[in-house]
Amino acid sequence: MKLALTELRRRPGRFSTAAVILTLIAILLMFLGGLLDGLIASSTGAIRAQDADAIVYSDTAQASFVRSRIEPQTRAAVEAVDGVTEVGGIGIVQLGARIPGKGPRDLSGVALFGYEIAPTGVPDAPPAGQAWADDVLEADGVEVGMIIEVGPARSPIEIVGFVSDTTFNGQASLWASPDTWREVLSANRPDAQLGAGVWQGLIVRGDGTDLPAAIDAVTDGTTESFTVDEAIDAIPGISEQTATFNQIIGVTIAIALVVIGLFFALLTVERTSLYGVLKALGAKSSTIFAGLVAQAVVVTAIASVIAGALVVLLDVLLPPGSIPLLITPGRIILSTVLLLVAAVLGCSFSLRRVLRVDPASAIGTTS
Amino acid sequence: MTAAPTAPAPTATALQLHDVRKVYTMGDGSDVVALDHATLTLASDEIIALVGPSGSGKTTLCSIAGGILSATEGTIIVGGEDISGHNAKELTKFRQDKVGFVFQSVNLVPFLNTRENLLVVDELGKRTGAPAKARADQLLEELGLADRAKNLPSQLSGGQRQRVAIGRALMNDPALVLFDEPTSALDTKLGEQVMELIRNEMKTRGTAAIVVTHDERITHYCDRSVHIIDGRLDA
Repeated sequence: MKLALTELRRRPGRFSTAAVILTLIAILLMFLGGLLDGLIASSTGAIRAQDADAIVYSDTAQASFVRSRIEPQTRAAVEAVDGVTEVGGIGIVQLGARIPGKGPRDLSGVALFGYEIAPTGVPDAPPAGQAWADDVLEADGVEVGMIIEVGPARSPIEIVGFVSDTTFNGQASLWASPDTWREVLSANRPDAQLGAGVWQGLIVRGDGTDLPAAIDAVTDGTTESFTVDEAIDAIPGISEQTATFNQIIGVTIAIALVVIGLFFALLTVERTSLYGVLKALGAKSSTIFAGLVAQAVVVTAIASVIAGALVVLLDVLLPPGSIPLLITPGRIILSTVLLLVAAVLGCSFSLRRVLRVDPASAIGTTS
Repeated sequence: MTAAPTAPAPTATALQLHDVRKVYTMGDGSDVVALDHATLTLASDEIIALVGPSGSGKTTLCSIAGGILSATEGTIIVGGEDISGHNAKELTKFRQDKVGFVFQSVNLVPFLNTRENLLVVDELGKRTGAPAKARADQLLEELGLADRAKNLPSQLSGGQRQRVAIGRALMNDPALVLFDEPTSALDTKLGEQVMELIRNEMKTRGTAAIVVTHDERITHYCDRSVHIIDGRLDA
């Protein structure tokens, strides 16, 4: 092991090709992971922020607020479920927003929520005509006190403050009172306006063990209820996005494995004579293989550290909101661990070759 | 050497080979006898020249005596240890403890300096640490390499590299050192200097050595010569 690490220290040039390729692969891996995390975060923030034990949609809504309708009698039935302590209506309308100082056709997509129970990090609903805005709108020039116009009806909304990590379907969210939401919905989506007391969804708090199932049982199948995590997974497109990105990440790791495997297989072939000498001097195959693995792990770790730093730098340099990139320590660590596992597995291709090195080769052919 | 009537018991002699055969089975199923009933005894401070043409079996004999190859049959005792039935793991341990090698092309580890090339024996074997470092420093001093301790092999002359290889072979205080064609890559003058050095170092330490060579001119540095032809030893 010490011998292998000494070689790394004294002959870094020998490993530079592998290190450069692995750094590029690690950057790709971390960037893809960051994009996945960013996309998921920008699509699910408003749901993740809900401090709820159940989120209730109508049974045919397929976990979409826009398609969901909860009638007053259904709400009453939910409120009567054993264990339910608090029920609040929630609704959404997704529109384009005109921001002062920007061109008339330069719209920013917003999702305006009307809510009765405040999500985590969002204060209680402000007075009519006002809203809390997600801070991604700051990148569009929105400021506190500014009045933006939403939808074709140009409904005015005054921004009273900012909240964080509450985006929905990739759009910035606005958090307003139920009355404001209903007014905006009626003015801009007359086809989708709702009757009095009708909501698109319910946020339910309680202490039952399986509240969503209990709610659906009581409403006789007219609702489909989820925990927050289930609701996130059920958002249309989320599982497909996750599966697609994870497949790309998987292929990238497989490429890393092959690169490491080939590189160290070539290195092993090149060192057959040296390994023969070391074996003749008393080195065990396990010692030689452990050295090879140590070199692969160190090269991969260095590549991962460089890649992590470059990806963080990229995240800092990118204009806010330009792409949904979310770089977290967890993603960098996960990518590094996956690459290290690939390094160890890649090295295992060389194990047979190391085992087959004959110490007699150090003395030359039999004569 | 002629075959003794019975297998010898382990003694303090450096090497005892008794009726040792090495047979290789070829791809077509035929057998090739590389070493044929070889019997040889080496005193604990004796230096022999093992002389023979290419393909005569001298490297095979050397490899068997050094625990690198297993014999097909026969008894091999090195430094009192009977290695005839040793498995690969036991042979690895034996090589760590009992023999030293000086290879034909020296084969120093190119990225280690002179001192580290000696310490690699300890690193791969017993890992004694400080005692090994002290022994390496002592050997470097005795071999006149103390001022070259930090040099890489590429910064040493051919003769200096040979001395480093000898130092490495002596690191584990072996019962037997095997020299594989130590002068083949050297000119006559340097070859004689290296043989002089080998003789001095072995005799000073009372260590036995086999010098494999096909160069009759260097055999006078050894106590005796043993000839090998077609796998058969002839004293």
